[in-house]
Amino acid sequence: MPTLLDFEEPIGTLLEQLEQAKNIAEESDVDVSTPVRELEKKIKEKRKEIFETLTPWQRVQVSRHPDRPYTLAYIEHITQGRFLELHGDRNVKDDKAMIGGFGMVDEQTVMFIGQQKGINTKMRQFRNFGMANPEGYRKALRLMKLAEKFNKPIVTFIDTPGAYPGLEAEERGQGEAIARNLYEMVQLEVPIMCIIIGEGASGGALGIAIGDKICMLENTWYSVISPESCSSILWRSWEQKEKAAEALKLTAQDMLSNKLVDCIIKEPIGGAHANHENVFERVKAEIKKSLAKLQEMEPEKRIEKRIKKFCSMGVFQE
Amino acid sequence: MSWWKRLKHGISTPTKEKKETPEGLWYNCPTCKNVVTAEEHTTNLWVCSSCDYHDKIGSAEYFEVLLDSGKFRELNPSLSSADPLEFEDTKKYINRLADSQEKTKLRDAIRTVSGKINEEKVMLACMDFRFIGGSMGAVVGEKISRAIDYCLRYNTPLIIISKSGGARMMEAAYSLMQMAKTSAKLTLLSKAKIPYISVLTDPTTGGVTASFAMLGDLNIAEPGALIGFAGPRVVKETIGKDLPEGFQTSEFVLEHGFLDFIVKRSELKEKITLALTMFRN
Repeated sequence: MPTLLDFEEPIGTLLEQLEQAKNIAEESDVDVSTPVRELEKKIKEKRKEIFETLTPWQRVQVSRHPDRPYTLAYIEHITQGRFLELHGDRNVKDDKAMIGGFGMVDEQTVMFIGQQKGINTKMRQFRNFGMANPEGYRKALRLMKLAEKFNKPIVTFIDTPGAYPGLEAEERGQGEAIARNLYEMVQLEVPIMCIIIGEGASGGALGIAIGDKICMLENTWYSVISPESCSSILWRSWEQKEKAAEALKLTAQDMLSNKLVDCIIKEPIGGAHANHENVFERVKAEIKKSLAKLQEMEPEKRIEKRIKKFCSMGVFQE
Repeated sequence: MSWWKRLKHGISTPTKEKKETPEGLWYNCPTCKNVVTAEEHTTNLWVCSSCDYHDKIGSAEYFEVLLDSGKFRELNPSLSSADPLEFEDTKKYINRLADSQEKTKLRDAIRTVSGKINEEKVMLACMDFRFIGGSMGAVVGEKISRAIDYCLRYNTPLIIISKSGGARMMEAAYSLMQMAKTSAKLTLLSKAKIPYISVLTDPTTGGVTASFAMLGDLNIAEPGALIGFAGPRVVKETIGKDLPEGFQTSEFVLEHGFLDFIVKRSELKEKITLALTMFRN
């Protein structure tokens, strides 16, 4: 059985029935092909129904689904294994929560960078839950400069609950590291594409999310704070996360309508975790399409456009 | 065992007999408890004369401290937030804004003015912590952006005095993008080789630290200011231990290499003048 989220319960019941039917078929000679077919159809319909009307909080849950693919899985598939992971910020250490390296997207070399979460308890710790330290942001910047030097486009994958709020992170200048990335990414001469594939929490996400084209997968979120923290600060309780998720307008659809991101990449029904291959292919197609378009532009023009885009964000009255 | 035994517990003076001191007559230093008259406190630039504690002050006070004869011309004084998300927590954001505007007589958490510092023309932006914790929303981003346009147009140095809890949650992703916006704009200033001095004051945290406040040609701070990315409470929860003494103070940040120097408020004008002269020569 796959891991089911609380709102997927109706599907869970159907899945159980399906399993039972299959067991019966194995144990006896009863023909169950008709009920099995019917159940499978029902599951598909139910899944479609549930996923078509997800609330913002439910999307946050999907974005954190344990079976959801993480950065390295995307890269592995998109490059078909032709990926050279590069390590270290050349100053302090190698941040395991931020990965990067050159990869081949068909015949095009691309610098891939992204936060990496772990697939099991041990790996989650090893990856620090996808929360990078300053050296992670500096590693990302080093790799971006390397890409710029050799005129290779950059693709970043964003999936983080935030920059790590630890003691050493403060000592080594977490704020400065993120600020520096924003400042440098704005003026990089190569095309940059940023894709939010899971959680896009605050400055920790933005630190590698300045680019010419910002995309969000359908069931991801991107905002200034997580709904839980927002609830704890503004409502002084952890219980209002649904309301906070609603208020923050953090879904891909909201972000696109508010012109804070440039595009949405659809996920298969049931979310990215339901069909990895399918979502990898969709992301690859979008990368190829977007990079081809961005590469047509002169670097100066691209930078100018990039600056203009970010400078137009914000609503106020005179 | 104490020497004396208290017979009656709690406060025994009836409210009627309580001696009231009128507000604003005295200043009681929160760190060393030294008491001076409010007038003395003002003459001393809102710095405790006994322990050097730099009291939090607003834009009006900084303009007074830094600008020649306190004179300035304010840019975009009426710019204010539009609440695009119609945000509501326990209170509506528009009401929160209105209350804050009423209470502080400010339009938002930053003011940008042109003026002179020892005869040198500058663009000075100063944040107000009293306005929703000095949080950065679209107005702060836009005002900094326009201040930079001014600097580019008139070739004027930029000084930003930061004092902020970070991004303004009620503007959600819009406020996050102000980090990108201000940083992007600063690259233009840099290209034009116009100096930018970032002054970090108590407190400067979150998205402000992680954008324009750390991007000065010079990063300087007042003594004893809280400067960091994550707030001390969050760091404490993360590591599950008490924080070392002096953690995230200006002195700590200087020691770790993220500030050029620390300057007392009484020397702020003089040091900025010197720096600007050196950039210009």
